[in-house]
This record gives sequence, structure tokens and C-alpha cells, in this order.
Amino acid sequence: MIPSIPQSRAFRVIYGGYVLLFFIYMALPLTVVAVFAFNDSQFPSLPWEGFTWKWFFGEERPRIGVFHERGILRAVGNSAFVAACVAILSVSVGTTNAFLFNRYEFRGKGLLYVLMLLPLVIPGIVLGISILVFSSTLANGIWDLARVDIQALRPGLLLVILGQFSFITTIATLVISARLQKFDRTLEEAALNLGANRLTAVRTITFPFLGPAMIGALVVAFLMSFENFNTTLMLVGSDAPLTIAMFDRLKEGSTPLLNAVSLLLMVASSLLALLVILFQRRP
Amino acid sequence: MRQQSRVAFILLLTPLVLWLGLLIVIPHIDMLLISLRERISFGVYEGSLTQYEKALTEPLYLRTFWRTAVMSVLATAITLLIAFPVSYYIAKMAKGRLQQVLFMLCLIPFYVSELVRTFGWMILLRETGLISNLLQLTGLADQPVELLYTDATMMVGLVYTSMLFMVVPLVTTLESLDDSVVEAGYDLGGNGLSVMREIIIPHAMPGIVSGCIVVFMLSLGNYLTPTMLGGKDSLWFTEMIYNQFIVRSNWELGAAFGFMLLVLSSVIVWGMLRLTGRTLKETMG
Repeated sequence: MIPSIPQSRAFRVIYGGYVLLFFIYMALPLTVVAVFAFNDSQFPSLPWEGFTWKWFFGEERPRIGVFHERGILRAVGNSAFVAACVAILSVSVGTTNAFLFNRYEFRGKGLLYVLMLLPLVIPGIVLGISILVFSSTLANGIWDLARVDIQALRPGLLLVILGQFSFITTIATLVISARLQKFDRTLEEAALNLGANRLTAVRTITFPFLGPAMIGALVVAFLMSFENFNTTLMLVGSDAPLTIAMFDRLKEGSTPLLNAVSLLLMVASSLLALLVILFQRRP
Repeated sequence: MRQQSRVAFILLLTPLVLWLGLLIVIPHIDMLLISLRERISFGVYEGSLTQYEKALTEPLYLRTFWRTAVMSVLATAITLLIAFPVSYYIAKMAKGRLQQVLFMLCLIPFYVSELVRTFGWMILLRETGLISNLLQLTGLADQPVELLYTDATMMVGLVYTSMLFMVVPLVTTLESLDDSVVEAGYDLGGNGLSVMREIIIPHAMPGIVSGCIVVFMLSLGNYLTPTMLGGKDSLWFTEMIYNQFIVRSNWELGAAFGFMLLVLSSVIVWGMLRLTGRTLKETMG
């Protein structure tokens, strides 16, 4: 079953047809979401009432567009803020983790490595509630001791950031470690021999080498945070990020406004994803 | 130099320990402790196993628990069956540009939020949706058909949502299979079926295991798809956790549910690794 082994025509046609069907299945929901963003109707469903840009640029109700809908814009702002914080935090910790696991031998390394992988196999909702429970235990403890209510420990953007950071860091660590493993350490030693101190050697030799992986991890972390739902759902306060805001609206019934938001999301995230793929293709 | 290296070691260890300690280990211990207590009156708690007793004796809870487990296993199996031929096609049959393009086509939908993907299925499958209209147009149905809110719809959504996490590891392992090994299998008198069983599947096993683990975890922990596409009586275990925590504010029972979900997923992941003799480090790292 490889091209060099002859197969019957019927087999090839059926196989090709199956793969085609698969890609239709993959593309169908996204295409539908995109197309109905342009339907001039209150509902994202048939009948087709004609083409319109109103769901993007419309200025007044009921056809108010994405760019004039305050609630959605604020939610995008929240998401972008959270995603930027999560991306920077997780790539920083991911980098230190990668150096630790790559450069040092110490007792308990194997155990720590497995612990580091665990967040990938803990359901997002469980991560969310465990952080919710712990932060409220902390907040209650501080209240009992000092009668100070620390709002930051109550559900809100800080907890959302911490919750997403808790598992995205694992992914950042894996991405950066994979690159660091390919690094030729003799280059660093050469720098040391030429009189650089360790910090200078790492800064001028190792970091430029790690650059592509770090940027890749940054974008992946940003996207994962932006689209995260499960962990966020448990930790969200009054400022909802975009996925939660859209979920709340979807429950009440949907208008093509949601399609328009979704289409913009698709375009933006595909562009970012494509950028990363192209960037990492470079040797 | 040694002194310096020691300082660097501690500086690198600190973030890791803080992250794992404060955000993973301690919160889970705290969750366990909360699930092991009972509220006596306002602000007064007593240690007890009541929550687990409740969770294990109330038929609705128990039924949802097992249903979620079985449906997740089923979703994983279906995903594997659908993904394998496609991954094989991408890895071995398609060449050059086509291969790259097909692989990208698989990747890109998954950079889009799960919410958007679920929304797409809702537009397609609801009573006024596209498929219902199409069925009426072709005369296969004479009135609007509601395709949402059934177990089958939920399954379609679950399989769709986690497809990528099966395709990528499968393509990666299948690509590393040398064509000449397959040829040798045929030369030695094997047919399509025996080559598949004796050569291709054993070679793809690492990919199959890691794909299955991730897809299973994602299905088990999914909240959106069962909520939006599933019916009134296809309650998912994550929905029960959400209900106890956010709707009823019964954190003790919610924490117990959370712990049960964690134990279930750990047992199944451990079982899969055990069955195939692999470690978590090899599979995930």
C-alpha cells in the first residue's frame, strides 16, 4: 500500500474519495460559519437573505457590527491581555525549565520531569477548579488572619492568567527543550575559551539559536490562551474573555454577529499559525 | 565556577518549583482535602467521606460518570479509525507539495477556537439548519429535522474536535516508516492485510498510543461539545462539576467529582501506557 506497489483502480478511487470526504468533514463547519457572517438576516441560518457587510461594520441595532459592539470589543481586549501575559510568562518559565532539564543532573530530576508533564493529562476543568479552590482557601486564610480581602485571589483575570499559565508552560517547555537539545554545546565552550563569561556566552550564542523556538512557543501560547475555554470557564470573574463572552451569547441564541467574530478569529489565528509554520520551516 | 553554577542551578529551579508547587501540586492537595470534608453549619466543617458516598450511591452521578467514560473511549476509537487511513494517505501516498498542503489543511482548523467549531456544527445541524434544509429540498424529509441534541451529534462534535491530536502523531510516526520495509513485506509474500497487521500498525504504535491518550483526555474533559450539541439526558461529567461549583456552590461535592474525574483519567492513561509498555515521558515528551 505504497505508491510503488500496484493497486487496483477501484481501491485507489475509493481511498482517494475517502480522503476527500474527510477533508470536506474538516472544512464544513468552518466554511458554514464564515459564509453566514455575510447573511443579511437576524439568524445565522437559511434562507439566504442577501449579502451584507453589516455584521462587521453596521453601526446601529439590530444589525450592529463587530467593530461597533462594545461588549465584544472589550472581551477581545481582555483575551488579548490575558494571552499576552500567559505567553510571556509561560515562555520565560519554559526557557528556564528547558535549561534546567538540559544542563543539570540532580536528584529527583526524573520525578520533576514527570510532574512537569502532568498538566497535559489533567482535564482543563479540574485544573481550573483546583486553582479556584486553592486561591479561595488562601484568600479566606488571609481574611481570617489579617481581615484583608485580597480581590486578586477571587475569580477574575489574574486567576484566568494563572490557570492558563499552569498548563501552557508545559507546552512551552517541550517546544524550547526540543530545540535546546539540538544545540551544539561546543559553540558555547568556544565562546568561553575566547574569553566570554558564561552569561555572555549564553546571551550571544545560545539565545540566538533558541530564538525561533521561543518565538514559536510565544505564538502557540498566545493562540492556546486566546482560545482556551475549559480552564477559563471555572476561573472567570466579571471581565469575560472572548470565548466566554461568545459562549454566553450563544446560549441566548445566536446572530450572524457571532459568525463575523468567528470569521475574524479564524483569519487572525490562521495567519498567525501560518507565520509560525513558515518561520519554523527555515533551517 | 562551581559556586556560580550552583547559584544558576537554584535560579533555574525556583520558577519550576514555584509553578508546579503553587499551581499544580498544592491546589490538587487542597482540592482533595475539601472533597474530604462536610459542612456542618456556617463556616464549620468536619472531615468525612460523605461526598464520595453521595457520588457513589446517587444513581444519576454514577451513571453520568460511567457514561462519560464509555463515550470518551468510544470517541477515541472512532477518531482513531477515521484518522488512520487519512494519516496513512498523508504520510505515505501523497508526495511533495500535496503532502504539505494536506497536512496544513489538517492543522489550520485547530488554531480556531473550539467554540467556533461547535458553533459551525450547530448551524449545520439545527432544525432550521443547512442539513435539515438540504434533506427537505431533496425530498428525503417533508418537515424540518432536528439533528442536534442527540448522542450521535455529540459524537460527531467530539470526534471533530480532537481529530488533529490523532492525525499529527500518526502522520509523524508513519512518515518514519521506510517504504522499503513495506516492499520487503510484499516481496516476502505478504498481502495488504498482513503487511498492515505485521508491519505498519506495529510501527505506528507509539503514534497510536499518544494520539489515543490525548484524544481520550480531551473528550473526557470536554465541556462545550456535550453542552451545546448533546441532548438533555446526555449529561457529561464536566457539566456536573460545573453545576456543583458555579450553580449550586457546593464545592465539597464538586471537588469530589473533580477528583473522581482525575482518578478516572489517570487510571485509563496509566492503563494504556502499561498495556503498550511505554512511559509518559516517551509518549508526551
